[in-house]
Amino acid sequence: MSEISITKRVGSSLVGRAKHFFVQIGELSYFAGRFFREVFSPPFEFRELLRQCYQMGNRSLVLVGVTGFIIGLVMTLQTRPTLVQFGAVSWMPNMTGISIVREIGPVITALICAGRIASGIGAELGSMRVTEQIDAMEVSGTNPFKYLVVTRIVATTLMLPLLIVFGDLIALYGSAVVENLKGDVSFQLYFNTVFDALGFGDIIPATVKSFFFGFVIGLVGCFKGYYSKKGTAGVGIAANTAVVMASLLVFVVDFIAVFVSDIFYEL
Amino acid sequence: MTDDPTTYKHKDQEGVADRPLERKAVIRIRDVRKSFGDNHVLNGFDMDLYEGENLVVMGKSGSGKSVMIKCLVGLMLPDSGYIEVMGKEIATLDRHTLDELRSDIGFLFQGSALYDSMTVRENLEFPLRRHKEKLGTPSDTTALVMEALENVGLGRTIDLMPAELSGGMKRRIALARTLILKPKIILYDEPTSGLDPITAKEIIELMRNIQIKYNTSSLIITHDVDCARVIADRMVLLVDGINYAEGSYTELSQSTDPKVEAFFKK
Repeated sequence: MSEISITKRVGSSLVGRAKHFFVQIGELSYFAGRFFREVFSPPFEFRELLRQCYQMGNRSLVLVGVTGFIIGLVMTLQTRPTLVQFGAVSWMPNMTGISIVREIGPVITALICAGRIASGIGAELGSMRVTEQIDAMEVSGTNPFKYLVVTRIVATTLMLPLLIVFGDLIALYGSAVVENLKGDVSFQLYFNTVFDALGFGDIIPATVKSFFFGFVIGLVGCFKGYYSKKGTAGVGIAANTAVVMASLLVFVVDFIAVFVSDIFYEL
Repeated sequence: MTDDPTTYKHKDQEGVADRPLERKAVIRIRDVRKSFGDNHVLNGFDMDLYEGENLVVMGKSGSGKSVMIKCLVGLMLPDSGYIEVMGKEIATLDRHTLDELRSDIGFLFQGSALYDSMTVRENLEFPLRRHKEKLGTPSDTTALVMEALENVGLGRTIDLMPAELSGGMKRRIALARTLILKPKIILYDEPTSGLDPITAKEIIELMRNIQIKYNTSSLIITHDVDCARVIADRMVLLVDGINYAEGSYTELSQSTDPKVEAFFKK
């Protein structure tokens, strides 16, 4: 194959991917617009919303808790020797506290939820689409977008901040366990130091961005599942691409959030 | 097709000769066209469904039968043409009016489409919750659910999940869910596909009983010639996107047109 034809093929493939990317962004934006149009108009599906909050919140607790505990534990174990070397081990609670609350806790929890919740929503709605359950809902006089999509996006938006707070606390506890065993620091002293070090500037931006993390995870999961193509292969693709896209968007939202909060600090 | 779309001279057929000769059209389809890219599925399809009749639409796979039936309830919009259901033009209805109209139309999906995450009871209550005027008190709801389940002979399955049911039972439950709002029109999308011959026969029998008990108008989409023979008052053959032939089972099965004959060859 000549060099020119290889270049042409690579070029057209890149153009195709770029086109697909922008089409997806456009469709996702339209989907988000439809969500905002429908979320404030009756009828409100409170029963389904509560069910979704339970499914997403309660059923993610163990996963978020275990991961948070291990993250706190490992982070402290790996950082401690360096801080000991510099004689700065007393800064350990401040350092872990700020890094967990500001960044590591929210992002790790959001990524876990992108894996668990976005893929779950993508697969569930995808299979409902394939088996005509969404059509059956529509025919029975229910607005499936409102019943399935709006409730799930609102549930993830409300539940993710709670899961992040829970994950942060467990991660701090994991860190405190290491400090207690290796540095003879009591739990009370550890947590007092952590909370002394934390200010509103650490907590508020982290909390605000966690709502956005929840929103994008729900949005992407629903978008991929709701427009899943026919066939069981489509369900797998919907679940898979929902995780990839949601994880990517978590980082994009995180970048924007840090950028915006930095502007506020400088003012 | 008859010249006057609102009246229908019923074809002579065993068991239906005593029905009234003139009937009102509850569904009217005129010159409906629908394409997916270059694939022209419906090319000017015309059809009427009359009050109280069982109309069977037959066509090959991919001939546009399911597309046509989905256009009737607004799940899909045709590219052009006119669809009227119970005197209302589907394309002009707002969401609220369309939902009201849908409460008078039952739709039995090919794969049953029961909600996986709900029990049989919740599946049947779901359409009732949407149409609160038919809901009544909680005890009425249970009575309505039980009545619908008894109609299909599956009263004992009320607290089971769809995953615990066989294919035939799922189809019956889906039929019960379709019946619960006491629709005036029932649309059946391949009601016997994927079922063994005995279960298929039971479903056909059930459809006949329902039609007699509730005097519904039924539009049945199927490839199953046996189903058509038993249940059809009238048949429409959908070929190349148009209403290619229309008549009673006896008339069409005796046709010498090769395209019509192809449907009835064993």
